[in-house]
Amino acid sequence: MLGFILRRMGVMALTMLCLTLVVFFLVNLEPNLKKLAISQLDMRSSAEELESWLEKNGYRQNFFVRYGQWLGVVQKQPNIDPETGVATPRFSYCDEPAEPYYGGILQGDFGCSTKFKVPVAEKLFPALGATGILMFWVMVVMVPVALLIGVLAGMREGSRTDRTLSVASIATTATPEYVSGVIFAVIFASWLGWLNGSAATATRQGISFYNFTLPVMTMAIYGIGYIARMTRASMVEVMTQQYIRTARLKGLGFRTVVLKHALRNALIAPFTVIMLQFPWLLTGVVIVEVMFRYQGFGFTLVEAASNNDIDLLLGCSLVSVFVVLSTQLISDVGYAYLNPRIRVQ
Amino acid sequence: MQVDYLGTFGIILGVLARFWPVWVALAIILVLSLRFRSRLGLYGQLFDTGVGITGVMICCFWLFTAIFAGTVAPFDPLAQFPIMKNVLPGAIEPETGQAFLFGGDRLARDVFSRMVYGSQIVLIIAPAATLFALMVGTTLGLPAGYYGGRIDSLLSFLANLVLAFPVILLFYLLVTPGIRETPIPQWMAGTFFIFPIIFFVTLFWTRYRSRPQLLAIQLALTLLIGGWIYVGLVFDADPLGIISISSNQLNIFVAVVFASSPGVFRIVRGLVMDIKTRDYVAAAQTRGETPWYIMLWEVLPNARGPLIVDVCLRIGYTTILLGTLGYFGLGLAPESPDWGTGIKESSRLLRAYVHPALPPVFALMSFVLGLNLLADALREQSLKD
Repeated sequence: MLGFILRRMGVMALTMLCLTLVVFFLVNLEPNLKKLAISQLDMRSSAEELESWLEKNGYRQNFFVRYGQWLGVVQKQPNIDPETGVATPRFSYCDEPAEPYYGGILQGDFGCSTKFKVPVAEKLFPALGATGILMFWVMVVMVPVALLIGVLAGMREGSRTDRTLSVASIATTATPEYVSGVIFAVIFASWLGWLNGSAATATRQGISFYNFTLPVMTMAIYGIGYIARMTRASMVEVMTQQYIRTARLKGLGFRTVVLKHALRNALIAPFTVIMLQFPWLLTGVVIVEVMFRYQGFGFTLVEAASNNDIDLLLGCSLVSVFVVLSTQLISDVGYAYLNPRIRVQ
Repeated sequence: MQVDYLGTFGIILGVLARFWPVWVALAIILVLSLRFRSRLGLYGQLFDTGVGITGVMICCFWLFTAIFAGTVAPFDPLAQFPIMKNVLPGAIEPETGQAFLFGGDRLARDVFSRMVYGSQIVLIIAPAATLFALMVGTTLGLPAGYYGGRIDSLLSFLANLVLAFPVILLFYLLVTPGIRETPIPQWMAGTFFIFPIIFFVTLFWTRYRSRPQLLAIQLALTLLIGGWIYVGLVFDADPLGIISISSNQLNIFVAVVFASSPGVFRIVRGLVMDIKTRDYVAAAQTRGETPWYIMLWEVLPNARGPLIVDVCLRIGYTTILLGTLGYFGLGLAPESPDWGTGIKESSRLLRAYVHPALPPVFALMSFVLGLNLLADALREQSLKD
């Protein structure tokens, strides 16, 4: 088991290395660097000014040298004034030292955000915290509701409850966040006026039922259908097993059979599914945070991407890839742990 | 100048009347399908259940709406009528006497016509991108599942690499005006679009190698048609000028194919690993058939059930992806009538005007719902056998 986890961690590190290299390549394409220079100077700057800004801040160094600097295996160089030879820090707002130093991911330094003018870590981790709160409430709403729907639908296959709930869960999987978000905002914010159509206040004044319900509801609804369908399928399968029939023949009530015998085995598969939901929950986070103006990870990612803020964008991709891969690992390990019949080689 | 309004009843009647070619086409399809359903195989079996009929009808509804968009929509999707800015549903345009059935949007365009024309964009890109992804995923998934070993490890690693990327980040990096200035979309298009040609050439080659005359015709046709489409899509240099694609559409198309082929790859690989243990594969191996013959003519036909279901779901998923792209304003032109862009435009003004948001929202939702219902019915049917 330990060997399995270690090997998976190795693959994970390799994947992260490859993906950040790809992201690094894409954000350093010539048009993107131009965009960055323009956003740092201004629209009217001449081509020479842009070029000299890029040159001065080290964006014209060799691609692999720069990737190495970001990783922390090559030293980051300060700006040297060509005439006086005086070294000044590259980005003064990030407290970078005025001498060559190793400052990369391996040293725990995420770099400097050119858009927000702060070190990436200062921007990224509060944003992750804000998203963590959102995710927590989404999970609190989504998982119990989805499991309940799935179990109710799956315990009597083909019944009217099953049909209704199945069609309802298909309908929710057909409703992406930007669709349900609009519908909910129209109903609850515009017509009824019960809830706030924006979660912008949640960042400053703390979350409340009034400003946080719509984002949570919007994100949960898309996931509910999918998890419910998986739970239903697994429940249906369990209910046809021999041991369920035995329990029924022993004279146990239907409720006892479902709760004590079927449920435990039926919940193994949904566990994996819930874990594997994280990749698209990330997409959902981006949509919902932009839609309801909540200053979390997704919001930061969009800001970073639209301003080509290289270090921030790399930090965001590193975090999201890490989340996706580690949930996959947890799901595999947890599955083997929950289901003793599966043995990891 | 005063704008006159239709009543609620008038709007409903007006909408129903505008869709008349769609209703006629749907009625013909329904009658014919019910009449001959016993002879139509899997498609006919769909008409046994309510879910199946609903799914087919919703999908056909949007298909015919896209085909007859010119007749259904009363206005040009980009035409602006200054007097009609933000008008409520049912307002009558004074010059033409036609009603803005679902009202006007922020830029005084007809919301109904935009919804109808939006279906064209979705129904061209989503199925086509899904089919290309299917070709790429199948061509790579077959050998990975069949041979296993090193080739499988390598391809699986690459697929997982793409799958570990959050889709939205991928699109923010791959669908930008900046990347269109570089040759990257062309390279990717050149790589992906070669797969269908490889697929069909191998398909015919493995089966008809012993009949050179038939093979020559098939290969010539494949290379001619495939090459024609390839030149048209990748280099935008179709000699006949029929197939052409603008650079932002190509960018979207390539990004969507790139994002969804690893999913197909995984499914195909899993199916092949299951099917290759069957007796008929062993029989073919004993006969001395080549591996590619076994993959394409023994394994693939037996994997078609789950694949068809997956294609249905995937078209729906691609539609959602296109909507996401439109919602973030990536790739598609800001005035494009597609549903995602419509939702983005209108959701900013929800506090003031609700009506421009609802038609694209319900259009997208119903189309994806139709595809999901269809997939569900297909799955039920394939489980029955």
